Amino acid sequence: MWKYLLKRFLLMFPTLIGVAVVTFLLIRVIPGDVVELRLSGDRGAASQAAIDAERARFGLDQPIWKQFVTWMSGVARLDFGTSMWTGSPIWDEIKLRFALSLQVAVMATLVAVLLAVPLGLLAALRQDSWVDYAVRVFSIAGLACPSFWLGILMILGFLVIFKWLPPMVYTPFWVNPWQNLQQLIWPALAVGYRYSAVATRMTRSAMLEVLREDYVRTARAKGLMQRLILIRHALKNAMLPVLTVIALEFAFLIGGLVVTEQVFNLNGIGLLFVQAVAHRDYTLIQALVMLVAGIFIFVNFAMDVMYAWLDPRIRYR
Amino acid sequence: MRPGRWWLWLLLVGTLLGLTMGPAIPAGAQDKPRYGGELVYVVPSEPPSYDAHAEETFGVIHPIAPHYNLLLRVDPFDKTGTKPVGDLAESWTISKDGLVYTFKLRRGVKFHDGSEMTSKDVKASYDKIIFPPPGVKSLRKESYRSVEVVEAADPYTVRFRLKYPEASLLLNLSSPWNWIYKADILAKDIHWYETHVMGTGPFTFVEHVKGSHWVGKKNPNYWDKGKPYLDGYRAMFMSSSAAQVAAIRGERAHIQFRGFSPPERDQLVSALGNKITVQESPWDCLNFVSMHHEKKPFDDKRVRRALSLALDRYEASQKLSKITIVKDVGGIQVPGTPFATPPAELEKLAGYGRDINANRAEAKRLLREAGVPDGFSFTFKNRGIPHPYEPIGIWLVDQWRQIGLNVKIETIEASAYHPMLKRGDFDVAMDFQCGFIVEPDLDLVRFVSTSDANYGKHKDKVIDELYQKQARATDPEDRKKYIRQLEKRLLDEEAHVIYTLQWHRIIPHSSKVHGWTITPSHYLNNMLDTVWLSE
Repeated sequence: MWKYLLKRFLLMFPTLIGVAVVTFLLIRVIPGDVVELRLSGDRGAASQAAIDAERARFGLDQPIWKQFVTWMSGVARLDFGTSMWTGSPIWDEIKLRFALSLQVAVMATLVAVLLAVPLGLLAALRQDSWVDYAVRVFSIAGLACPSFWLGILMILGFLVIFKWLPPMVYTPFWVNPWQNLQQLIWPALAVGYRYSAVATRMTRSAMLEVLREDYVRTARAKGLMQRLILIRHALKNAMLPVLTVIALEFAFLIGGLVVTEQVFNLNGIGLLFVQAVAHRDYTLIQALVMLVAGIFIFVNFAMDVMYAWLDPRIRYR
Repeated sequence: MRPGRWWLWLLLVGTLLGLTMGPAIPAGAQDKPRYGGELVYVVPSEPPSYDAHAEETFGVIHPIAPHYNLLLRVDPFDKTGTKPVGDLAESWTISKDGLVYTFKLRRGVKFHDGSEMTSKDVKASYDKIIFPPPGVKSLRKESYRSVEVVEAADPYTVRFRLKYPEASLLLNLSSPWNWIYKADILAKDIHWYETHVMGTGPFTFVEHVKGSHWVGKKNPNYWDKGKPYLDGYRAMFMSSSAAQVAAIRGERAHIQFRGFSPPERDQLVSALGNKITVQESPWDCLNFVSMHHEKKPFDDKRVRRALSLALDRYEASQKLSKITIVKDVGGIQVPGTPFATPPAELEKLAGYGRDINANRAEAKRLLREAGVPDGFSFTFKNRGIPHPYEPIGIWLVDQWRQIGLNVKIETIEASAYHPMLKRGDFDVAMDFQCGFIVEPDLDLVRFVSTSDANYGKHKDKVIDELYQKQARATDPEDRKKYIRQLEKRLLDEEAHVIYTLQWHRIIPHSSKVHGWTITPSHYLNNMLDTVWLSE
């Protein structure tokens, strides 16, 4: 077990280094750079001398390998530098947005799990009944509706019917829970519904598969209670693929809600990502990619641990 | 003086004193201003740094300008945005030879830390703008090339000595970017203002939450007694235009100071009725077409003129103004401003005549004469921004097809656009400029042969000379004459560039907002000292 975990843990580092190299090189291939963008502004004119001076200030006049070494030595000390667009430390740019994105991701995951597991289970148990059809329609509708579209409908509904709009400025939960929930519950519902649709279908199909397994039939033949069979034997085993889906979706939500964040005017990581790319803010893009990659890698590691807990065959392999 | 009339004289003198020494800007509005309330507005961009001397985006001006004063400012009630009035300067004189500008400063102006503002602070701020030390970024120092030295003659007198007279100096000194900083702070750390706020303005700084909002509160010790009217303000950063419209529609925000599109205006008016007031103005921003003068056949002025003659600007003005942020047919100055060419005179320029069939016949003749075959193909590069680039780009291509040209549009991602223009990697491309004050020196400098923004790479000594002449002409009529000549040369005789339509600024705002007047520039009138809320 420990050998398995250690191996998984150590594999995280080469993956992160690979991400760092690819990110660093790719963003420098894209035409345009932060200096020209900042100096050209609305008037669309900046002197070459001003551009050269600014490029030198950011170290962009150095050879690529030197820039990479400088950046990596900072990363090794967990110092991601300062934003080339704002001049602020990277962590200052990220921390508030990260807190918001994390909260939306956690809330959306809760919505998804609370909907998906019972509905998926119910649909599997009542296969081909009206309950199953209703759950399937509900989940297919969720897959078909982009969450931003649902968000736009929500906003329009609030405006047209209730003449109300959720608060547009983020208040941390610990400052004012009511205001915080008023703002974040709607994107969490919009995103969580789509997310639950994927998980519901996965739960249903995994449960159907498991319910046909020999060991479930054996358990029934032994006269075990239905609830015990379902929860202890069937659901636990059916959860492996469901957990994978939930975990990957969770990691995606941290940086992938660009349009939904725009619709609800959320100051999240997704929007920051887009702005950083639009501004060609190299240091910020690099830090954000590393952050999101780190979350994906960590979530994968956590999944590996969960697999080992749920499936003894893995830990004893 | 007859006995008994002394009080009349006293009243007259008192009134005059009040007019000259009283508040810099009158309350101005028709109604009596109401005190209190927090103005909430939307800002579609965010400040990269807090130092306006070094920045170029309205994302700095809109949230931060209320913390500062300028030496001069543009009259907030002047719709043309071209009239300088005193801000920290109480009065000023100009020497007869136009080489010395002397400004008398207001007394009793305090920075937000309680220290007094004097000429030392004005000098230090302008030294940073005009003569920045190495490593200090000052984006508009080229606008002050005529300034030889800035002197603090005494604590309340500042003097600008010029190398040569310059017509635009007063307006340049009203630039909304030239915030007055504290000299002592600049002396200790000249980069301090990039990350901190401390001015003399009507509002003091409360907080900036990155990506979210900026908050200011009333400065109780503001020098202009009785102002500001608001208790404070909150600027909310929102990049999505749909979210901006929703914020106004849902009455979460009162106003957005940059501008909305016509469909967004219509949506707000239909949803909010008399709760919304709409102010509109020609906008000091414009898309024009640059043609690469070193590439054939665009090195031939007949071809360039033909491209301009093909455009039906008047029809476009009617049609495009319904869907995007353009409207007026204009020359090289914003319509309705002091140096703008009157419409009747403008119609004499190539491509501005009302008879579009005659214009296009002439365009085809010029193309034939230049040896350009029917169906000649070229690529027009456009910037990937929806408004107004995309509609204008489609319109241009349609117009050029009507004179037998086969034009393909290539859309370049917004961030990669200026590097492309700079490399000269185009035949014909959309270009753009946006001014912070309508002032010929600022608007026309990019057409001088040596300008870094002369992307079409034209070399024209006549334009260069006319630019110099208009810049140094102290008589407005002389200046107007040179500007007309420059306009004819630039848009007609040589057709170095092709102007499309003037942008049109539309500000639908809550009817509760008073004391704010639209100008042609979204960089102006953001100090908020005259703004008040009726509820």
